[in-house]
Amino acid sequence: MRPFTYTRPSTIDGAIAALSQSGAKFLGGGTNLIDLMKMGVEQPASLIDITRLPLSRIEESQGGLRIGATARNSVVAEHPLVREKYPLLSEALLAGASPQLRNMATIGGNLMQRTRCYYFYDPTYPQCNKRVPGSGCAAVAGYNRIHAILGAFAPVREDLQCIATNPGDMGVALMALEAMVAVRGPLGDRSIPIADFYRLPGNAPNLDTNLRPGELIVAVDLPPLDWATGAHYLKIRDRNSYAFALVSVAVVIGLDGNGAIRQARIALGGVAHMPWRVPEAERALIGQTPGEAPFRAAADTLLRGATTYPHNAFKVELARRAVARALTTAASA
Amino acid sequence: MPSAIGEPLDRVDGRLKVTGRATYTAENNLPNLTYGVLVTSTIAKGRIAVIDTAPARRSPGILAVLTHESHLKLAMSQDDISLDEPADRKLQLLQNDRVLYANQPVGVVVGQTLEEAQEGARLVKIQYSFRTPSVSLENGLASAYIPERVSGGGEPGKSSRGDFDAGLSQAAVRIEQVYTSPFQTHNPMEPHATVAVWDAPDRLTIYDASQGIFGARKRVADLLGLPVENVRVLAPYVGGGFGSKGPTWSHVLLCAMAAREVNRPVKLVLARPQMFGPIGCRTETRQAISLGAKADGSLVALKNDVVTHTSSFDEFAEPASIPSRKLYSVSNNSTLQRLVRSDIGTPSYMRAPGEAPGTFALEVAMDELAYALKMDPVALRLKNYAERDEDSRLPWSGKSLRECYRMGVERFGWTRRSPEPRSMRDGHTLIGWGLGTAMFPAIRMPASARARLNRDGTILVEAGTQEIGGGTYTTMTQIAADGIGVEPSRVVFRLGDTRFPPTPVSGGSMTTASTGSAVYLAGRALRQKILQLATQDRNSPLYGARMDRVNLENGRLSRQDRPGEMETIQTFAGRLNGPYLEAASDASPGQPQRSGSNGEKEFSPYSFGAQFAEVRVDADLGTIQVSRMVGAFGAGRIINAKTARSNLMGGMVWGASFALYEHTVYDERWARIVNNNLAEYHVPVNADIGEIDVLWVDESDDRVDPIGAKGIGEIGITGSVAAVANAVFHATGKRIRDLPITLDKLL
Repeated sequence: MRPFTYTRPSTIDGAIAALSQSGAKFLGGGTNLIDLMKMGVEQPASLIDITRLPLSRIEESQGGLRIGATARNSVVAEHPLVREKYPLLSEALLAGASPQLRNMATIGGNLMQRTRCYYFYDPTYPQCNKRVPGSGCAAVAGYNRIHAILGAFAPVREDLQCIATNPGDMGVALMALEAMVAVRGPLGDRSIPIADFYRLPGNAPNLDTNLRPGELIVAVDLPPLDWATGAHYLKIRDRNSYAFALVSVAVVIGLDGNGAIRQARIALGGVAHMPWRVPEAERALIGQTPGEAPFRAAADTLLRGATTYPHNAFKVELARRAVARALTTAASA
Repeated sequence: MPSAIGEPLDRVDGRLKVTGRATYTAENNLPNLTYGVLVTSTIAKGRIAVIDTAPARRSPGILAVLTHESHLKLAMSQDDISLDEPADRKLQLLQNDRVLYANQPVGVVVGQTLEEAQEGARLVKIQYSFRTPSVSLENGLASAYIPERVSGGGEPGKSSRGDFDAGLSQAAVRIEQVYTSPFQTHNPMEPHATVAVWDAPDRLTIYDASQGIFGARKRVADLLGLPVENVRVLAPYVGGGFGSKGPTWSHVLLCAMAAREVNRPVKLVLARPQMFGPIGCRTETRQAISLGAKADGSLVALKNDVVTHTSSFDEFAEPASIPSRKLYSVSNNSTLQRLVRSDIGTPSYMRAPGEAPGTFALEVAMDELAYALKMDPVALRLKNYAERDEDSRLPWSGKSLRECYRMGVERFGWTRRSPEPRSMRDGHTLIGWGLGTAMFPAIRMPASARARLNRDGTILVEAGTQEIGGGTYTTMTQIAADGIGVEPSRVVFRLGDTRFPPTPVSGGSMTTASTGSAVYLAGRALRQKILQLATQDRNSPLYGARMDRVNLENGRLSRQDRPGEMETIQTFAGRLNGPYLEAASDASPGQPQRSGSNGEKEFSPYSFGAQFAEVRVDADLGTIQVSRMVGAFGAGRIINAKTARSNLMGGMVWGASFALYEHTVYDERWARIVNNNLAEYHVPVNADIGEIDVLWVDESDDRVDPIGAKGIGEIGITGSVAAVANAVFHATGKRIRDLPITLDKLL
């Protein structure tokens, strides 16, 4: 591990100022960043520990909920307000990692976790456009079981291709909850819809998010969800705990008095560089009676344009079935 | 007579372990300690063209950077060495610029601190001349060769009895299929670790996470040119090994060589990714099985052609064909083992080598045969029950397999199974039940032990063996207590030091039969000495009694001719002239056994078992849960009901892991392992495994050794793989012949 300095500022503005040194990074729970430093993927010159900043509150706000960026995943998952109003978020958080990791991990850090692409994670592979844009993608012709089937292709310069997936669970739920990410930076505060917080690889696969240099995530805001009658987070993985999703689905559904669908949101994880949502698939569900046919149709729309590689072709059908299952479960709540 | 053997005694070292006071290798923080970090190759085949160590040498705290350009001398060449220890492998010790596999050690950096050494290792820059490597069984088939002998028992690479083709032509039903299992990596929780200290220019002490300290001592002494008695190896606690810590691998020697260079103690611990390549693996296997049976189910032909990998520079032949030679009665039998040379670190022993993949393929094929015959899988096995080992033409030392099937069937509720696939359902969950037969050889090697009665009445028993998690401290304490005739609480057992009497590697499920026999006989010898002294001691109530009329039981010396006249061993010990009374014993296979036979030559020593599994499979999503397992074993005398249950249960969980999870993934373009960490190399977690029932037949196999024990460390993995795979077929109707069975294969 390369030597680095460690500071623990006591104010938010102090932290943001500290980030302006070259090679500085914020440190939350460290469950991903420290790993990446040990592997030599990240080599920050200094770490700015933000876990002592006053950013860990969970409180009602504007009819919804505001979750401070340094709140621990385990605390958020078990928080009464989260469990009562946003059980989807609780489900997604508890589906991630292990209890020990959830005790360390923070909400802001979780949003920033990086792909688990094998070739990204090990810098002794010279090809990785996410680590070194222009170096190539080892996964395309390599082992790509966990890789993307959506959003990783056109339009892109072939020499910048990246088929990495966003590994998170919470982000998928936040996508279905239409969360806002509150950030503060050298130029002030702004609030970013989660769909714009994450990005597709495009021509800059090295960038996972649209955060601007120097910005610090201070909170996640969840808008009210009064219309919802059911929600479900379904995570499909190779074992029942401590494994990243092959495919995951977060759904929120609202039925009217007659049992017809008033509104639905569906987000897919494990399939793209960011949680995947297709508004058209959701719109087509409005007014329908829950059932296999409309759910399969929604799944087909979500997966339109999927492109597969030798080891991940199964994800398309798996995602279809998972969407139908998750919607069925949420609709029967 | 009260007996400690068989009791579910708590682990005598349990408190030390759970409170962190058991000192594992990497916890030996000696004065003046330095830290070694391996530099490993990032290509699998080629040469080191340029190695630039200058930036590393300039880095703070770096004491030495060793590469092939350091010209470190060995006392003997790798290629000349006679690999007389079965577990020895050819090592990579910086002797030349060749790269033979990915993650091969190509340098050692020694630093004042671990972090400095790690940074130094990162700064060693290597340019390679790269050659395209190969790690494909399919591509290598054309150039595969038949090894003279398979590894482990040393059976021939080819076997045949009767006429397979003629037998097959009589068959009413045939099964001809290819079964594969992937590369697997041992991944014990404790990484490989070595601390080397040169006590003098020709005296070396090594703390090593080793399953075989005497093998390590010899290997180190040979290669470094030291008298074997000048090398001491210590391993009082080992955090699992599963075979990977049986051989002495390159890092052990490199640590000692580095310590000599810096003239200070060096600690070298492998990082988890470095455990994928240089310390062995279980090879991928490809087994082409042909079964032929008459309509009544009796086998008329059985063939298994096995192909596995070995490395380009050494030979290891995973003996996967053995179950196909021995498990069933069939007069026409043919097996073949072939090896493909690949650009990988040499495969090696991994828990239940041979029998784990071998029983998988054979027992899945038998399940397919049972379906083809519309016969109950248990009935098919009983129809072809081997009353003797038809391969060696010897009677079994002991075989309780019929009883195992019966116990397992009853406990599992097998008779309630509806045979049709997909016929047992709970909502969108498909339920399946499967069976597999377990078998593993009862291996035994020479071992020694000594037992000492101290003047305070305590007893110290020593043997050099290793505690790798199975409970050796505890079982040996029980065996010694019974051998001597005292309570286990009076006995302290010490192990893990080459200054203690020599014992074999903790592998091959042989510790109890080998070291346990020596401990028992040493205990008996001490008992004899105690009683002899007592009968000659005027101060003892036993004075003057005949030796065949005295007894030592439960810590009391007594005489039969005068009941009630006795003394405690403590009282007796207090009168010892010297500080202690000692006895030692050697125990070797082939010596007269309790039954008076020559076990190894007259019998085929094996253990058997019957394994049953229930899986629950999501009909749409393919996710699999092993909800229930029952294993019934006939494995000789069980020394400790608690540690035995844990050990067998661990084996059964491993079987589920083998069937559903474990898979070392190579990127074949570069012959590099991509999932080289515990996040991506999957073993089951608690949430994956349901109820496990472990049963055993009350068996004492007196033909194998003086204590009647056959070993239980590995048999749990055998048969359980097939039980799970067969249960998946029963649940889903999909026959998956390529492991691991992951959900994508069931969509």
